[in-house]
Amino acid sequence: MNFDPRFSGRKFASVGTRPIRPDGVDKVTGRARYGADFNMAGQLVGRVLRSPHAHAKIRKIDTSKAEALAGVKAVITAADLPDLTDGDAAMYDILDNCLARTKALYDGHAVAAVAAVDAHTARQALKLIEVDYEVLPHVTDVDEAMAHHAPLINDTVFTEGLEEKPVKPSNVTKRSQFGHGDVHQGFGHADFIVERSFKTEQTHQGYIEPHACVASVSSDGTAELWVCTQGHFVYRQHCAQLLGMEASKLRVTSSEIGGGFGGKTHVWAEPVALALSRKAGRPVKLVMTRDEVFRASGPTSATSIDVKIGARKDGTITAAEATLRYSSGPYAGAWAEVGAMTAFACYKLDNVKTVGYEVLVNRPKTAAYRAPSAPMAAFAVESAVDELAKELGIDPVEFRIRNAAQEGTQSSYGPVYGPIGIGPTLEAAKNHAHMKAPLKKNQGRGMACGFWFNFGGQTCTDLNIGMDGSVSLAVGTVDVGGSRASLSLVAAEELGIDYSQVKAIVADTSSLGYNDMTDGSRGTFSSSMATISAARNAIKTLRERAAQMWDISVDDVAWEQGHAVAKGEKHGNLGKLSLKEIAAQSGKTGGPIAGHSELVADGAGVSFATHICDVEVDPETGATRVIRYTVVQDAGKAVHPTYVEGQYQGGAAQGIGWALNEEYIYGKDGRLQNAGFLDYRIPVCSDLPMIDTQILEIPNPNHPYGVRGVGETSIVPPLAAIANAVSNAAGVRMTHIPMSPPRILAAIEAEREG
Amino acid sequence: MAGVAVSTTINGDSVEYLCQPDETLLDVLRDRLGLTGAKEGCGTGDCGACSVILDDRLVCSCLVLGAEAEGRRIETVEGMAHGDKLHPLQQKFLEHAALQCGICTPGFLIAAKDLLAKNPDPTEEEIRFGLAGNLCRCTGYDKIVRAVQDAAHVMKGA
Repeated sequence: MNFDPRFSGRKFASVGTRPIRPDGVDKVTGRARYGADFNMAGQLVGRVLRSPHAHAKIRKIDTSKAEALAGVKAVITAADLPDLTDGDAAMYDILDNCLARTKALYDGHAVAAVAAVDAHTARQALKLIEVDYEVLPHVTDVDEAMAHHAPLINDTVFTEGLEEKPVKPSNVTKRSQFGHGDVHQGFGHADFIVERSFKTEQTHQGYIEPHACVASVSSDGTAELWVCTQGHFVYRQHCAQLLGMEASKLRVTSSEIGGGFGGKTHVWAEPVALALSRKAGRPVKLVMTRDEVFRASGPTSATSIDVKIGARKDGTITAAEATLRYSSGPYAGAWAEVGAMTAFACYKLDNVKTVGYEVLVNRPKTAAYRAPSAPMAAFAVESAVDELAKELGIDPVEFRIRNAAQEGTQSSYGPVYGPIGIGPTLEAAKNHAHMKAPLKKNQGRGMACGFWFNFGGQTCTDLNIGMDGSVSLAVGTVDVGGSRASLSLVAAEELGIDYSQVKAIVADTSSLGYNDMTDGSRGTFSSSMATISAARNAIKTLRERAAQMWDISVDDVAWEQGHAVAKGEKHGNLGKLSLKEIAAQSGKTGGPIAGHSELVADGAGVSFATHICDVEVDPETGATRVIRYTVVQDAGKAVHPTYVEGQYQGGAAQGIGWALNEEYIYGKDGRLQNAGFLDYRIPVCSDLPMIDTQILEIPNPNHPYGVRGVGETSIVPPLAAIANAVSNAAGVRMTHIPMSPPRILAAIEAEREG
Repeated sequence: MAGVAVSTTINGDSVEYLCQPDETLLDVLRDRLGLTGAKEGCGTGDCGACSVILDDRLVCSCLVLGAEAEGRRIETVEGMAHGDKLHPLQQKFLEHAALQCGICTPGFLIAAKDLLAKNPDPTEEEIRFGLAGNLCRCTGYDKIVRAVQDAAHVMKGA
């Protein structure tokens, strides 16, 4: 049956309610099993040896002493993970990141691994591995890495995307460009122009659960992997490819996941654990320490961004331009490209140009972090927009409203927008009580907008109806924050039954077709689409079975509020059959009743948010406190509004940490100096106020219920909103994130000295 | 290495185990006793995910040695519910959606239980400072604070 994904404007019974999540009790009683909570009989403990150098040639690795230690069952190096990537450059980078092949490219780069009978023995074994390094010059700063004299991280890299092919290798892997119109001409029409340079430091997703997995490879070539991941099907593909296995022989089960935020979309330890298990012939459990998570999993990019925006006196922006440089770690990425796409996405612009540069540095490979690349671009652009509004003497909200993108606007990255929420979120912010609340001395208010694309992607779902009328929903998108609740609501809605009759689970890779990972805010968007499709398929079967039970034509059977209803006067006395009654008879009417769906969830609706923030800056210490925070965001349709609020609040809190505190600090030796939660300080409960939320619902026309993704956009505006608030409170424009007390004090002093 | 024999009380039950002298209480709970409710988020006492109550005192079990539990009383998240009746804090965490990924939840529940035992009627600020030793990266703490406020209200009425 053809699935019609268009928005239908139905009245909801279950969707929009706030029931308790199906996985809730297990999570408050300690029963839920996360990555490190699973064990197998005979399992060994895996540990990884990491480079202490930011950049070094690996001359030789001698593992003989470690292998000789009693209790050590396997020691592996890159030689045990031979290159099977067959010219796939992206996969080769993943392989090299799992175990360094010829060079260690950052402090923390894995170079060898052991499996031993216990953790103590494994740690001893690591100390016995002798690595002969030739230390090379390194570079960790994004601007320094672009300089002519910078040490080359990979001498086979020649910048892509330049008009003329470069003759010399460089740390810039790629240049990308977006925009339309003529910015030169546009700036010519401007009465005011703001031009500024900004920097943001590298941050980590900071999920509380370190990466953890248990790998078990059998001698017959089959294998199992238990792992905390945002995408077990993708992990299966990558691991199978790197280890030379058939994907179907590797069964990957996703554990409960203790936070990911984009950071659990990449394999690091899993191929290593599988290789150790293969060599040792026993299951291997590999759990990263927090130090390893910071040093060797994927943080976000550090950036350096120049922005130029011009406007006429009447408040119309005439041209906007940005150059964005994003670090990608020692491997090629497309982070600046995404930043360049999102930078001006909130605005209706005749002349816009953005250029992105992907920059190699001796830091861990950059990974996605919630709306990856967008927060830094928004920080730079929204700071400049605020400054321009000030110069024009126009209220910053009003200025944004005047220039906001609308339905029909050609976005700065190309496509033409459908119905979008930037205008409505700005209007809601303008009318919010927060905007009118009085401020005290040393306090400032800031606001900013943010955009994120949202993704859809490949999705597969099974809906099985038991003979007792209860419904099992098996989805393949990992539940990172309540999607089993929202998807159960959707199944209940479509079938017309009660939420309590549905139980959603995340199926393993051998039980369901391929699913893309939970990223791009796609979990509820795409799996709800597949769930609706699967439910409609099940309803078709339910109608057929009812028709059979009544001995009438299926064309005369409709599905209404959880019941088959016979239509037409001739069937007037048949009444109706509930889902439960039909299910009870299924054994006699053709067997089990199920609905299946596999689709590519196209049409993810773009998402916009406006945030308002009040801060108090202590002019003596430079310490900043967020005293009030409001998030306004378009959800399309909030399936479970409490968890939508939670996404808004969580993104804002991460943004507050990024704006004020969090940063990777590297020493001159290229080593990370704050690889722990004590020195890399994420916001704690006493740092934050309540975070107010306002959900707008502008239906996504490409989803039956109007759902858009909601998970990521909330981290896009905070850096700028807080920077604008701090700038207003301190009386000086802040251009470097995080705005730690020393940076704020330095800015205040520089301003004072003029 | 010779193991250390330890007799202790966990969630009201007498428990005996052997552990290595350098083994943390968290490792003993998780790896020897199968009580995996307490989580290791950092191993350095910074995140609170491994919180347990040791003789009426809130501790990070990653900073306590297994051998130190001798003769003590330990409360973990596994002991909070009575049979199938959840503790009011557990119930309110569910109702307020005070968890997203849930990895920090056992630690927060234990820390909140300890807080309310010592201060049954805390202000928002007292809750925020009382729970400042527990990291949550998903929620922004808003719904956690509200759940604890609501649970305190219910527990006072009980």
